[in-house]
Amino acid sequence: MRFLKSIASGLAVAIATQAIALKAVADPDPADWPAVLDAAGGQTVYWNAWGGATATNDFIRWAGDQVEARYGVTVAHVKLADTADAVSRVLAEKTAGKDSGGAIDLIWINGANFAAMKRNGLLFGPWAEDLPNWQYVDVEGKPAVTADFTVPTEGLESPWAMAQVVFYYDTARVAAPPRSMPALLDWAKANPGRFTFPQPPDFLGTTFLKEALYDLVEDPSVLQQPTDAVDYDAVTAPLWTFLEELTPDLWRGGRAYPQTGPRQLQMMADGEIDIAISFSPGEASTAIANGQLPDTVRTYVLEGGTIGNASFVAIPYNANAKAGAMVLANFLLSPEAQARAQDPNVLGYGTVLAMDKLAPEDRARFEAIDLGIATLSPQELGPALPEPHPSWMTRIEADWTDRFGVAD
Amino acid sequence: MRPLRAAPALTLALMLGPVAAGLIGTLGPAAGVFPALGGTGLSRAPAAALAQWPGLPRAVALSVSTGLAATLLSLAIVTLFTAGWQGTRAMAALERVLSPLLSVPHAAAALGLAFLVAPSGWIARALSPWATGWQRPPDLLILQDPLGAAMVAGLVTKEVPFLLLMTLAALPQAQPRRRLTIARSLGYGRVAGWLKVVFPAIYAQIRLPVYAVLAYSMSVVDVAIILGPSTPPPLAVQVVRWMADPDLAMRFQASAGALLQLLLVLGALLMWRIGEIGVAMLGRIWAEAGGRGYGEAALRGLGLVLAALSGGAVIAGLAGLALWSVAGFWSFPEAWPDALSIRAWARHGPALIEPTRDTILIAASATALALALTLACLEAEHRFGLSPGARSLWLLYAPLLVPQVAFLPGLQAFALITGSDMGRAAVILGHLVFVLPYVFLSLAAPWRAWDPRYATLGAALGARPGRVFWAIRVPMLLAPVLTAAAVGFAVSVGQYLPTLLIGGGRVQTLTTEAVALASGGDRRIIGVTALAQTGVVMAGFALALAAPRLAWRNRRGLRGA
Repeated sequence: MRFLKSIASGLAVAIATQAIALKAVADPDPADWPAVLDAAGGQTVYWNAWGGATATNDFIRWAGDQVEARYGVTVAHVKLADTADAVSRVLAEKTAGKDSGGAIDLIWINGANFAAMKRNGLLFGPWAEDLPNWQYVDVEGKPAVTADFTVPTEGLESPWAMAQVVFYYDTARVAAPPRSMPALLDWAKANPGRFTFPQPPDFLGTTFLKEALYDLVEDPSVLQQPTDAVDYDAVTAPLWTFLEELTPDLWRGGRAYPQTGPRQLQMMADGEIDIAISFSPGEASTAIANGQLPDTVRTYVLEGGTIGNASFVAIPYNANAKAGAMVLANFLLSPEAQARAQDPNVLGYGTVLAMDKLAPEDRARFEAIDLGIATLSPQELGPALPEPHPSWMTRIEADWTDRFGVAD
Repeated sequence: MRPLRAAPALTLALMLGPVAAGLIGTLGPAAGVFPALGGTGLSRAPAAALAQWPGLPRAVALSVSTGLAATLLSLAIVTLFTAGWQGTRAMAALERVLSPLLSVPHAAAALGLAFLVAPSGWIARALSPWATGWQRPPDLLILQDPLGAAMVAGLVTKEVPFLLLMTLAALPQAQPRRRLTIARSLGYGRVAGWLKVVFPAIYAQIRLPVYAVLAYSMSVVDVAIILGPSTPPPLAVQVVRWMADPDLAMRFQASAGALLQLLLVLGALLMWRIGEIGVAMLGRIWAEAGGRGYGEAALRGLGLVLAALSGGAVIAGLAGLALWSVAGFWSFPEAWPDALSIRAWARHGPALIEPTRDTILIAASATALALALTLACLEAEHRFGLSPGARSLWLLYAPLLVPQVAFLPGLQAFALITGSDMGRAAVILGHLVFVLPYVFLSLAAPWRAWDPRYATLGAALGARPGRVFWAIRVPMLLAPVLTAAAVGFAVSVGQYLPTLLIGGGRVQTLTTEAVALASGGDRRIIGVTALAQTGVVMAGFALALAAPRLAWRNRRGLRGA
């Protein structure tokens, strides 16, 4: 009898556990935030984020510690060498029919990776605009937070950092940096082998191409349309002329390129190059603070302005801990986390929040930040140019590879 | 006895199952079938897209040329060195230095070499500005050169220790001393005599390892990214890039590329085989011509210098990385950093503890499984007189001969479909596929060379086969068993793609950490992770060397074994 009883109670426990498990499996409703918080407690969020930079890794660790202490959500940072690895993973899971309990709960994403996941129905949501902290987001002043490379986010991803193209240079070796693409060409001719950019299709390398296109094209507004809608060959002709001239005077004569953006930091520190492109206005200051760059490095932007965009986090459609992922995304939008991310000693990323939407004590957090010696003030940084339509990126990238990426 | 008899079949299934499943998963998309991306029918489009990629001819040429060059050079260095120095004290010394180098992960060795020879690297720093006059690093294309010379050098430094270890394992069966004594008494020089009478016997035994080196060198990804050209890169790198392309439709083209990579490797192996026959014919003519050898001293010198150079490059590269891991700001052309600090270790060390634990757990489990299966196979062969047909051996090496990019993505899909992914257990099984061939490779020769009269003796004294195995054979062969285990451990620690793809990113080892962190290019972090990675593997080798000595400190006869 006792034996039977124990079986029965075991079964009851099993059924109860099953019920709890089922409750967790059902998709949480972001509009019902208390329920989200409730479901999130005890979850482990596998946040897949590029792991190539110490500063971001440390920030992610900090954010994980905070949400664990406050909401009981454990964060595991899955360090990626390439964000596309995470996209592949979700795709592989979909292929295999694994529509729940996926390996990835949150992805640091933007641009083409987001567009691909959205197009293939690999994302959960909409959820982002229901987050409690969404109220502080500068939707009006920063159109990039709802249009990722012109693709509407539609609540499928939540912004957490602003980025804008800047260039950094070593004042010990360059007196006056070139502030336009033609000036850069002249400078490169006078200083052969001292400038390069990451090899497209690395996103930063492609960004350099887009930036050059912006600077060289007569009417930048065509870049907001898909390439099919305009005379692509005519619009890009000045870009290819410019690159034909520039490439022989690039580092290694354009026969080799750094493979990633951060790789340029080491090349700069080694004195191999004098000017480099970055998508993070605070990167140089952060690198100086970390001893990766000499303290003579400074940042500048081009006269006509530079491209800006936002970094996002998105939740795969089959994520295992959606509630936990939303709690983490909401925390990333909090004034506290945003102010910490903007500190160049931590990360040096621009905030996505609107200062006038914040409470005075939260605004004070941002005013207290010392932006660092190599970081431009928002005025100096100037207005961010919107990203061109994604079709530009795809075509320029492919054409560049055909012309320069398979050189003899 | 039943399970033991089934061991070879089980092992083959464990090796071939994943490779076959993975290849099917690659063949599908290459032929246009990939339901999740809307590919439902057979199509020639992926192959056509691949053919239209303008970089294809050069990427293919690079894969073939760097692979063949690295294999030829490694084999030549090992052969020349062994021919000139076998049985000498110099050989024993260099052997002790080179063997642990086997444990240095490929990526770490490549990163070390990159820092050594780059225009802003350690050698240039040491010579600047006093000898070169360089205040700034010169704009020289040393790394990532279009012909892939730097990449070949990086591969050679890693393959030389491997082939040397394999050659040393094969030596006893070739009875080099007796053969060489006869050759030398007939007036042949040391090198010429060794090449004529010992090398043919050795090569027959190390043929499979040489093929594995060729297949690996042709399809290597990490070393190629660090040292190889990028405009365009070798085919395997491009395939990985396509797999990682945000445009998911590129998966079709990537699979077609992976398939082409497989065909390339098979073609190159065939070419190599034909080359072997040619060399054998020429060699026979050369041997029968009866030349006693000339330039012996120069050849011996060359062998020693090349072997020492290859070992020295890895050691100096690691030393450079070690120095970087404790360096403050370190600018060109300073030969030493301005200041030393443990900041990088303090910052990243704690985060490496967990990956280290998982690395050891996975490597130890995969190695233990591989060792058990290998021993079971070998013992089954011995007890039931199963002759290990050359064909079945070939199958065992399939995971080493088939490029990883050609079957791992398919294997990942397979693991997902069966729901057996993401856990450490799945990763351990995935590693087993690569660990087992190496363990088998290292252990088979010494195991088979064991004198069966010991077993007869044991049986005559009343010991059953099990007791003979545990009480006589394993203790006598403890050293090679542990060496094989250390090799397997090293192979497991170095796995990147299998860990990432099968573990779903959730299983993090030192290698996945190292590759992710290295993408940021900070040499301090690269130094910390590369040293941690190397340290774990070296500890394995040290244990393998020390254990028999400790266990048999009171058995002099076994200590030399």
